[in-house]
Amino acid sequence: MYQNGSTETTPFRVLVVDDDRILRKMHKMMLTRLGIEVEVAVNGKEAVDLHLAGASFHLVLMDLQMPVMDGSQATKELRGMGVTSPIVGVTAACAEKAAFLASGLTDCVSKPLTISKIANYLPAPSNHTNN
Amino acid sequence: MDVIQMQRTWVEYTKSLYREGFLDSQFAQLQLLQDESNPDFVVEVVSLFFEDSERLLNDLTKVIDQQQGVDFKKVDAHVHQLKGSSSSIGAQRVKNACVAFRSFCDEQNIEGSLRCLHQVKQEYYLVKNKLENLFSLEQKIVAAGGSVPVDELGFL
Repeated sequence: MYQNGSTETTPFRVLVVDDDRILRKMHKMMLTRLGIEVEVAVNGKEAVDLHLAGASFHLVLMDLQMPVMDGSQATKELRGMGVTSPIVGVTAACAEKAAFLASGLTDCVSKPLTISKIANYLPAPSNHTNN
Repeated sequence: MDVIQMQRTWVEYTKSLYREGFLDSQFAQLQLLQDESNPDFVVEVVSLFFEDSERLLNDLTKVIDQQQGVDFKKVDAHVHQLKGSSSSIGAQRVKNACVAFRSFCDEQNIEGSLRCLHQVKQEYYLVKNKLENLFSLEQKIVAAGGSVPVDELGFL
């Protein structure tokens, strides 16, 4: 098993949760180029529903302000369901960072997202591409 | 214009967009995500930005034009979205105009909001024009058998 839980047969999986389609596309590309498998959700409810359906991820990148269910509520629900994966908040709303963290986030980074900001939660570079 | 001249023009034009504040380092990050396996990635993302921005600007115009009082919560929500998407692609002047706009929303200042809407629209159409020129030049370079010299943008 590699650092961060992935193995040769289970690629590193990240869930990108953001209502902004531009950010979903960019964040997905950023991670896919590293050989990481990416799934997207357009709001917090979709993220929760994915987990309820049995999906699991090595890392969840969670936007805060989203319609239907925001990142704070989604994080609380995921933690309530027993999801222990790192959930990293990605937000431009600095004023709400403390409350967002208190909802159960592992960490919170500011937009724009860069790989260096979440490097600690990703596999080491030599393990990014899985055969 | 031959390929080399077009490539030089592209480099100078791109650098001027950064120098004049139309684009910031986030656009550079976007350019770095494009490669041979995704040669149209920047155009795809920027096209989404154009679509989203025009929808948001139309919605903003409708909300601010309301005769029975302006719903500043709605205005702020739209401006927040536009600020987010312009920031995502590095459209710095649009983003900055949105920041100013949000202050007037907080104050529920109609006059200030109208001025800001005008400013945001101006900045948006300016950067849209600039980016369309850039993409047009890129198409010409590729059509002439050359490649877009992203590596020559020294600050990337």
